[in-house]
Amino acid sequence: MLPDFKANHFALFGLPARFELDGAALDVAFRQLQAQVHPDRFAHLSEADKRASLQWSTRVNEAYQVLKSPLMRAAYLLQQQGIDALAPENTQLPAVFLMQQIEWREAIAGARKDADDVALQRVEAEMQTMARRLQADLANALDVRQDFVSAAQRVRELKFIDKIRAELDEAFVALDR
Amino acid sequence: MALLQISEPGLSTAPHQHRLAVGIDLGTTNSLVATVRNGVAVVLHDENGRALLPSVVRYQPEQPPVVGYAAQQVQAHDPYNTVVSVKRFMGRVLHDIADAGSFPYRFVDAPGMVQLRTADGVKSPVEVSADILRALRERAEHSLGGELTGAVITVPAYFDDAQRQATKDAARLAGLEVLRLLNEPTAAAIAYGLDNAAEGIYAVYDLGGGTFDISILRLSQGVFEVLATNGDSALGGDDFDQRLFCWMLEQARFPDLTAQDNRLLLNHARFAKEALTEHPETRITAVLSSGFTIDLTLTAVQFNEMTATLVSKTLSPVRRALRDAGLSTKDVQGVVMVGGATRMPCIQSAVATLFGQTPLNNLDPDKVVALGAAMQANVLAGNRREDDDWLLLDVTPLSLGIETMGGLVEKIIPRNTTIPVARAQEFTTYKDGQTAMSIHVLQGERELVSDCRSLARFELRGIPSMVAGAARIRVALQVDADGLLSVSAQELQTGVSAAVTVRPSFGLHDDDVSRMLQDGFNHAKEDMTARALQEARVEAGRLLDATQSALDEDGERLLDMDEFSEIVASMRELAECVPGMDYALIQQMTERLNQVTQTFAARRMNMRVREALAGQSVNDLMS
Repeated sequence: MLPDFKANHFALFGLPARFELDGAALDVAFRQLQAQVHPDRFAHLSEADKRASLQWSTRVNEAYQVLKSPLMRAAYLLQQQGIDALAPENTQLPAVFLMQQIEWREAIAGARKDADDVALQRVEAEMQTMARRLQADLANALDVRQDFVSAAQRVRELKFIDKIRAELDEAFVALDR
Repeated sequence: MALLQISEPGLSTAPHQHRLAVGIDLGTTNSLVATVRNGVAVVLHDENGRALLPSVVRYQPEQPPVVGYAAQQVQAHDPYNTVVSVKRFMGRVLHDIADAGSFPYRFVDAPGMVQLRTADGVKSPVEVSADILRALRERAEHSLGGELTGAVITVPAYFDDAQRQATKDAARLAGLEVLRLLNEPTAAAIAYGLDNAAEGIYAVYDLGGGTFDISILRLSQGVFEVLATNGDSALGGDDFDQRLFCWMLEQARFPDLTAQDNRLLLNHARFAKEALTEHPETRITAVLSSGFTIDLTLTAVQFNEMTATLVSKTLSPVRRALRDAGLSTKDVQGVVMVGGATRMPCIQSAVATLFGQTPLNNLDPDKVVALGAAMQANVLAGNRREDDDWLLLDVTPLSLGIETMGGLVEKIIPRNTTIPVARAQEFTTYKDGQTAMSIHVLQGERELVSDCRSLARFELRGIPSMVAGAARIRVALQVDADGLLSVSAQELQTGVSAAVTVRPSFGLHDDDVSRMLQDGFNHAKEDMTARALQEARVEAGRLLDATQSALDEDGERLLDMDEFSEIVASMRELAECVPGMDYALIQQMTERLNQVTQTFAARRMNMRVREALAGQSVNDLMS
């Protein structure tokens, strides 16, 4: 039996609603679900079948995207608690974090100017370390302490890293030209 | 399971009926059609046993278009009306085509899509593609003995919405039911993966005649999941020919070239490129319409040098795709090579170096896409069997967004998102009392509107008068399993809504399609004279090309100056009367050329025999 169309993302894949997630189990559930609902299974059937399949398949993809990404997964769990961590009015970040991200931005701009691939990789590694630490904090805040205020703070920091990562990607592409 | 059970009646009405479905690789240079017969994917051949259909269409006044080899053979003699590489113009406006000047066509700068002026009127790239597809449909129906249920048409993974929509329009125009637009590298991955029971991370490197794609896939228990794709929809084998053509122009200071000469030299560039796949050097000889003779020698080393930038232009997208997938070259289990242009040794070695492994060449790079498309078509048509338990999950190649203040693009669906996908974003009014909002949908990776491709522009009207920032307008983008976009917008407080399919701004209007369908029908009533003229021209074209290659190969060593010029003069006379309507004259000139080349042909045969004997005597000595 398929879960309800409006089921929450975790229930859709039969997973517990926690931040700490069994990625392999998510992948398996996602594929099993798509195998049932994907438009390729309905291409020879009626328009109505096709439309339903399109909606379902879209829904499954959306849920998978959210659960796969630590940032989106955490924001989704907070949203279930009635907290919009990424609302435009919630932009305050700790000074230490802001200093760090200014340093990264300068390093990326400098590396781009000097065509310094190694410097970019260094920034990338630092950002990954920071992201992993934030994820560990999130697991603790969401799954253990249920401290949603501090979790929301971590989500915002993670979001910031995401934005800088886009700049990093652009710099890598620019150096490859 | 519930949904599958609901659909069961559709399957059970005719449980044993095999629906005729085909996969079509609509290529820049060549096209193919394949089907699944008794559980095995096979390419369908023409009546002469040939698998490829050159993607070449020739238009003449009041006659049905000539498609394939017959058109290809006369392309150098009738370059204006013989359309090659039309895929490059699909969904493009004139200013998109950077190298428009290097084509012999009479382009018409039309809104939405460029058109071509031919002897049979102005043609849209969609119509030209439809003529190729129609030829393939006829081949398939003849070969399978019945009407097709539907077709899967392949497109480059990096095709944008306009190019995809144009391809779907062309299929519709050709009377095909499109089961799915399938990305070419994904099709190749199906064919490779199912044949080899492959598991793990694979890269598909697909360099065709005019397009380049790289896709990174995870193959796991029958699921083909595209993790990232990248490419260049205006880079292919044709560009290598073009580079070589420019080199030829630099080497020999030619008199002014005619359109025919350009096409002839481009053909020679292609032959030379192909020759260098097997040999370390090749000789290029040709006689221009002015009688000017070209005789050049080209080594593989020179060729590699002049095309090195093109090769490296394919490697950047490979690195970007890997990066987007969060993988490194070390994670890649195998690299599947697709497209005729991957036969070039310079490509093979560049890919091998980048990935640190020998690429997989065990499938025919020309056929693998059509075979994969056939497998997919078979399943989509409802012929799925117990063991066909596989699934494809593809992605959208380019980010989709909406124009915001200041000419910037706000991305709503990022590239490499698994399709089908729907995303919505809320916007608001920026002026007090604003009652309409213009919505501009764009595709591309850049921040500025001017650097992205405009897909659709429409207005949401009837927004109630409110203070700036009070209205809430929700814009939703949906990309379906074909990778095609539809857009809708709604003002959330009043429910005022507007929806657009992206088709009208870039594809054809429905009226255009019905007019073209009518034209196609009229073409079927061709008369006998037209057919005779047609055949005479084809025959003439064939002879001209055969004679040219004979001259290229052996002219210098087997003919003296007078004999050579007599043949060239006769070729020119024939070439001049081919575009005319006098079929008797064409036949007469054809006969004449046949006569003046008789001695030459005899000498060539003698030489062959001698060479064969020489070879045999060597063998005899060795045995």
